[in-house]
Amino acid sequence: VICCYRKPKTKRAKRFLEKREPKINENTKNAMLIKGGNANLTVTEVLKDIYAVKKPFAVLYKRKNITRPFEDQTSLEFFSKKSDCSLFLFGSHNKKRPNNLIIGRMFDYHVLDMIELGVEKFVSLKDIKNSKCPEGTKPMLIFAGDVFDVNEEYRRLKSLLIDFFRGPTVPSIRLAGLEYVLHFTAVDGKIYMRSYKVLLKKSGCKIPRIELEEMGPSLDLVMRRTHLASDDLYKLALKQPKSLKPKKKKNISHDAFGTTYGRIHMQKQDLSKLQTRKMKGLKKRPAEKSVEDGEASPKKLKSA
Amino acid sequence: MAAVRVEAVLAAAEEQEAEKRRSITVEKELELEYDLGNLLAVDRNPPPAAALRGAGPRREALLQALARDNTQLLVSQLWELPAERAGGAGGPLVAQLPEPTFRLPREKPPPKPRPPTRWEQFARLKGIRRKKKTSLVWDEQAKEWRRRWGYRRAGGDPSRAWLAEVPAGADPEEDQFARLRREKRERVARNELNRLRNLARAHRAGSTVPAAPLHPTGHQDRDELRRVARVARVSTASLGRFQPRLPKEPAEPPSRSGGKKRRFEPLLGNLAAERSRQLEMLRDMSRKKPVLDITRAVNKQMRQEEAEAAAANKGKKQSKRGKRGRRQQRPGRSGKKSGARRQPQQQKAAGGGTGG
Repeated sequence: VICCYRKPKTKRAKRFLEKREPKINENTKNAMLIKGGNANLTVTEVLKDIYAVKKPFAVLYKRKNITRPFEDQTSLEFFSKKSDCSLFLFGSHNKKRPNNLIIGRMFDYHVLDMIELGVEKFVSLKDIKNSKCPEGTKPMLIFAGDVFDVNEEYRRLKSLLIDFFRGPTVPSIRLAGLEYVLHFTAVDGKIYMRSYKVLLKKSGCKIPRIELEEMGPSLDLVMRRTHLASDDLYKLALKQPKSLKPKKKKNISHDAFGTTYGRIHMQKQDLSKLQTRKMKGLKKRPAEKSVEDGEASPKKLKSA
Repeated sequence: MAAVRVEAVLAAAEEQEAEKRRSITVEKELELEYDLGNLLAVDRNPPPAAALRGAGPRREALLQALARDNTQLLVSQLWELPAERAGGAGGPLVAQLPEPTFRLPREKPPPKPRPPTRWEQFARLKGIRRKKKTSLVWDEQAKEWRRRWGYRRAGGDPSRAWLAEVPAGADPEEDQFARLRREKRERVARNELNRLRNLARAHRAGSTVPAAPLHPTGHQDRDELRRVARVARVSTASLGRFQPRLPKEPAEPPSRSGGKKRRFEPLLGNLAAERSRQLEMLRDMSRKKPVLDITRAVNKQMRQEEAEAAAANKGKKQSKRGKRGRRQQRPGRSGKKSGARRQPQQQKAAGGGTGG
């Protein structure tokens, strides 16, 4: 329901507002890629490459925006509201924090989490000369390293990266189309992000053998500052409406061997009227039937 | 001999199978965790830190090898999913993905259901449901199906209506066209006002602001003014006990300690009031007519039952007769007359009982 004191006057405006209102099943998250006041070539290239990876679900802002996300978040929130984007990637560069990337997400157009990463090495899409996979391919995501579960900040970073690169949620996927994989390794305080193109080779059996070919942006990242949401705000953001919970099917149970049992509830049966096997000799003759039923079968008598 | 040969054949076959499988098996210390709905795999094994510390191509090769192993495992899992050929026999092989299990925060909070409007509450109480209207109406004049409203509507263009009948009791000098235009404007304004009121009510219900101060100008409604007037009266040093009242304000303020039942008078105060109260009680006890007005009680009960039945039957298909049909269907049940008819019977029985 669109409740604002200004009703939309055209169908197009109504559709526009309906797309942005909170829903039970949400849209795919859009990302906005913003350049800071002093973004250098590396950072600009990173933003362009990430935009290419996230193509239909990202917005790349051309102009430089002089803001400091860690100090003042209002400008980011304004952009998020205007373009309906809940993920952002802000790139900047200064002497104290060279090649800086701030990756973050929003909840209800307010900043939820922000993590600052420094780019130590960057290999762009253009530098690796081979064929790329089509735009908008849903990537496979792999996280290697026990740090991603042990450390709280790394855990949030993992959640953020999944949210960022996940793409639309689909019910089924073409198996031959699994072409793109993003691999994140956390080792020694550094995070290596590599993208590979997947080649499916024939193996003896049904499951193909995988060969990887490096393509696409590869980044060596270092975690700098973080601005994580408080626990209760994060829990509030995680809360899903009850209607999304899968409904339990009643009266069905499974046992250890995999057999499915169903329960049927019957009313009390009148055993005198129970229908057993039909024996032609015991069939009621019309005369007997009329005595039992009364006026229910006068037609039958007439015809007979 | 034959047995040995069979065993040899079986062993050879197994060897072949293992050879085939070797190309796709990967050895890992800890199993990966998979979330196939998101095409996600998480590897908990600590990567070889020492080897990766070295620079350059060796690191890249190691990372690529690690990635290849993990991807192989993930793809094996994906290939295990139930798959079918989409679009007939020649189409691509498509696997059914399960629901994603990794919990990610939402973009916006889940939508709250809006509270029902005044009409919706009334309709629910009375059991009125929406009549599905046809989009096209038969226009007798044009002899074709026209839309109900909008461009080329069934009744002709209302702005080009050249005839306006003067209604029975109206002033003959009055301009009918102007009256129609004025009434339409008033209707539109009233609808808009009601819509905004419903919106404001919904917004207020959602935000649960306890005691908001009065809106500066214009949009002050009755409840808000009453609430604010009460607060203002009670905000004196003596909590409003000696405040003069306006001519139309109710005489006694509703006591803070509760309603009728939780009002405690002082023990020794007004002797005359106490005496009159006791006498009234005795009078009530010896009265013939019952204190409880059965007619009103019965009507109230019936209305409540009607409302409950309407709410219960909301999902079920109603008969075409609607509310008038329902009223006629139960002749003895509704209306004051039947209730009053019951009363003398009951009263006689009660009187007979107590008298006898």
